[in-house]
Amino acid sequence: MNYSMIFYIIGWILNVEAALMIPSAIVAAIYQEKSGLAFAAVIVLCLVLGLLLMNRSPRNKVFYAKEGAVTVALSWIIMSLMGALPFVLSGTIPNIVDAMFETVSGFTTTGASILTAIEGLPYCILFWRSFTHWIGGMGVLVFLLCLLPLTGGGYHMNLMKAESPGPSVSKLAPKVQATAKILYGLYLFLSIVELALLIAGKMPVFDALCTTFGTAGTGGFGIKNDSIGGYSTYLQAVITVFMILFGVNFNVYYLIYLKKPKEILHCEEAKWYLVIIAASTLIITGFVRSSFSSIAMAFHHAAFQVGSIITTTGFATVDFNLWPTIPKTILVLLMFIGACAGSTGGGMKVSRIVLLFRALKCELSRYLHPQIVRKVYLDGRVIDREILHSVYMFLIAYVLIFAGSTLLIGIDNYDLTTNFTAVAATLNNIGPGLELVGPTQNFALYSNFSKLVLIFDMLAGRLEIFPILLLFTRATWKKF
Amino acid sequence: MNIIIVGCGKVGTSLAERLSAEGHDLVMVDLSPVKVEEVSNRFDAMGIVGNGASFNVQQEAGVEEADLFIAVTGEDELNLLCCLMAKKSGRCQTIARVRNPLYSKEIQFIREQLGISMIINPELTAAREILKLLKFPSAIKIDTFAKGRVELLRFRLRPEAGFGGKTIMEIMNHLKTDVLICAVERDSEVIIPNGSFVLQDSDTLSIVGSLQSTAQFFEKIGYRSKKVKNSLIIGGGTIAHYLALDLLKIGFRVRIIEQKKERCDYLSEMLPGADIIHGDASNESLLLEEGLTYADSLVALTGLDEENIFLSLFAKKHSSAKLIAKVNRISFNEVIDGFDIGSVIYPKYLTADYILQYVRARQNSIGSNVETLYKILDGRAEALEFSINEASSVTDVPLMNLNLKDNLLICCINRKGTILTPRGQNKIKVGDTVIVVTTNRGLRDIRDILKN
Repeated sequence: MNYSMIFYIIGWILNVEAALMIPSAIVAAIYQEKSGLAFAAVIVLCLVLGLLLMNRSPRNKVFYAKEGAVTVALSWIIMSLMGALPFVLSGTIPNIVDAMFETVSGFTTTGASILTAIEGLPYCILFWRSFTHWIGGMGVLVFLLCLLPLTGGGYHMNLMKAESPGPSVSKLAPKVQATAKILYGLYLFLSIVELALLIAGKMPVFDALCTTFGTAGTGGFGIKNDSIGGYSTYLQAVITVFMILFGVNFNVYYLIYLKKPKEILHCEEAKWYLVIIAASTLIITGFVRSSFSSIAMAFHHAAFQVGSIITTTGFATVDFNLWPTIPKTILVLLMFIGACAGSTGGGMKVSRIVLLFRALKCELSRYLHPQIVRKVYLDGRVIDREILHSVYMFLIAYVLIFAGSTLLIGIDNYDLTTNFTAVAATLNNIGPGLELVGPTQNFALYSNFSKLVLIFDMLAGRLEIFPILLLFTRATWKKF
Repeated sequence: MNIIIVGCGKVGTSLAERLSAEGHDLVMVDLSPVKVEEVSNRFDAMGIVGNGASFNVQQEAGVEEADLFIAVTGEDELNLLCCLMAKKSGRCQTIARVRNPLYSKEIQFIREQLGISMIINPELTAAREILKLLKFPSAIKIDTFAKGRVELLRFRLRPEAGFGGKTIMEIMNHLKTDVLICAVERDSEVIIPNGSFVLQDSDTLSIVGSLQSTAQFFEKIGYRSKKVKNSLIIGGGTIAHYLALDLLKIGFRVRIIEQKKERCDYLSEMLPGADIIHGDASNESLLLEEGLTYADSLVALTGLDEENIFLSLFAKKHSSAKLIAKVNRISFNEVIDGFDIGSVIYPKYLTADYILQYVRARQNSIGSNVETLYKILDGRAEALEFSINEASSVTDVPLMNLNLKDNLLICCINRKGTILTPRGQNKIKVGDTVIVVTTNRGLRDIRDILKN
């Protein structure tokens, strides 16, 4: 394990985090809030720690998959710890576990909150909460890859692999650094377009910023107690469209940018993603028609909730906890499917689901023709056995963590639906669940222990399980 | 003795070389006329072209008069059949080489049922040899005498030991250990030193002593006694398989890098405790990723000698691991020695050594009394263990009064299990075994140590 390199990168991360806190400090200055001092203090702390760690440029730059996974996992934990400090220091969330929960929920773009009253909070704190979504959406290390001056050593790809969602990472450009820049460019561009459209719809600038951060990162922290419910239908529609857009594989946008329409049609994942959204929206519209004034409104709200859940954003315009069972069940299923690989969304990812179904079909045909040779295809290409294998293993690890977490938080003795959807909502980085953790509720009811379990779930979900599990594997820390 | 050797491969050839040097009458049998021609010309042996398992061929080779029949062809089954036939058609002792790990568990049964005197497994022998070195990483080579009670260790002198410029007498008086420096290698020359010999920091020493005393010796001169606890093995051949089995049993962490996928699958089935890595070990970054820097030991066992040497050189640069390389074919021992790449294992010599020991022991019962013989220091010196069966001119005389040959040292006396480091007043007694190191060749009897 190349510790000097790991510390060096974590030093960078701390510095980047210090830089990322500056906007919140500026917001505090604009609104003249005392909480801004908390940010100033944490910025200084991050800078000092970061510079100390970066002090020594690593002599040995070798960096393997193991280092990549460990760096990413450690970075996320340290980032969340630092990010939680302003909440504690400003006194908004005095309990450190609660503050951790809120920050991890922000960085992992979950959007599950432990805050009961949001509207009374200082602006700078609200801004920081939402901004963590934007940072976490595309990934801090991917951001760092745009900046890092080191070359060689192979750390680029290993960091990228560990942080990017999806079964396999595809490079957009020959260099990882260029790929990271393209990704962040697209991300920034889409965010600005949304911001402009929201402001055009007469949303206050501060709200528009925070909502954009929440949408772009597919996070879901609202700055109002009723989430998005209070905004106009136009604004809700804009948010719906952008939530769905941020859930699409960013490769598609790059292909659009390169003007390669034929290859876009090859992108099966995006196709299935849209098909699932359309089908779910239509079914739900049918079931909830009676509770809305018109079929158009029913469709509007159905589309918003479906978009919010499948992209794992977690905004809400209505309390879907009050809907009939079928729409609720569909939403819970969508939680597991999640967005596309290579997007900012969480969940298991559409491509994994498609692969699993195709592999299942292959297996069935092997029962009919035991000697058959058949491959699994995606996007017109044969999928390697190794990749398929890792998809199965992901599913198994996912189910195990899910079951384990549900069991552990059962200690608080809430009902099964609450616990089940609480784990689903955190492991898939969505935010709201059903019943006691429904869209109008929050996670404050859980004990510190359960919150720690859910924090683990959020991190595991965002980093796609394996990097976090590696931290707890003995062999990772063995020299040989 | 009359000896028939079937198979003129690597082991057959090196056996022929050693046995003919000791004056035995050899008959070489092989299917390839070219090989037979070459070997019989080189070592003054009779050559017969044909299948060694055939009755007629064996008759032609004179199996009826032969004392020993050695089958070392490439195939286990053929070797066994050869010995079986020879056993039936003559009254000779038989030695077969059987290397398939499948048979290795049943070797005892096969040996008894087929009436074969000795079965040798070169890969297993090599693996055992490597194991010894891993247990004692300071030494480059280890030979054992007196049923494992006495060790002969070869190691490179390092400046921190502080031996340079001192005489052996001074050093020994200072250290007060019961070991004996029995050979010094300096600039490709082998010297059997006496007490006034002055050492240099660049020398390679060989010492003899009991297990405890050698360990004590290394401790006192400050060589790292850090134990080897894990091993990175390059190449997943049969030696690696045997070695890994032994290492896993004593609690090592074992990682094997192997190029062929099928072989990896097989090894992974046979060695569930080891990490099997499928990859090309000539790829630097793979080696480093798999923890070469942190490995306690690197054992290079690929099929290519050159690759093994390069791997060791690379590892020497990037880690402080104990290095062991297998060299099978190439014979630039001196050059390889100059690289200073730790221990080098020559499986063909190991096998030949093993067989030679047996031959000596057989001769023992005929007249000579050499119990064990090692060619040490790449064959430039010999370490012999004599058993003293009867009173003679060397027994019951204080050693200082014996008129010993030059370049000869009595290193050790084993008196019924007690290991004595000989001093001038000690006497050799009947019933002892005595270990002698010398650059003189062809000692057959304990009396040969005296000047004529």
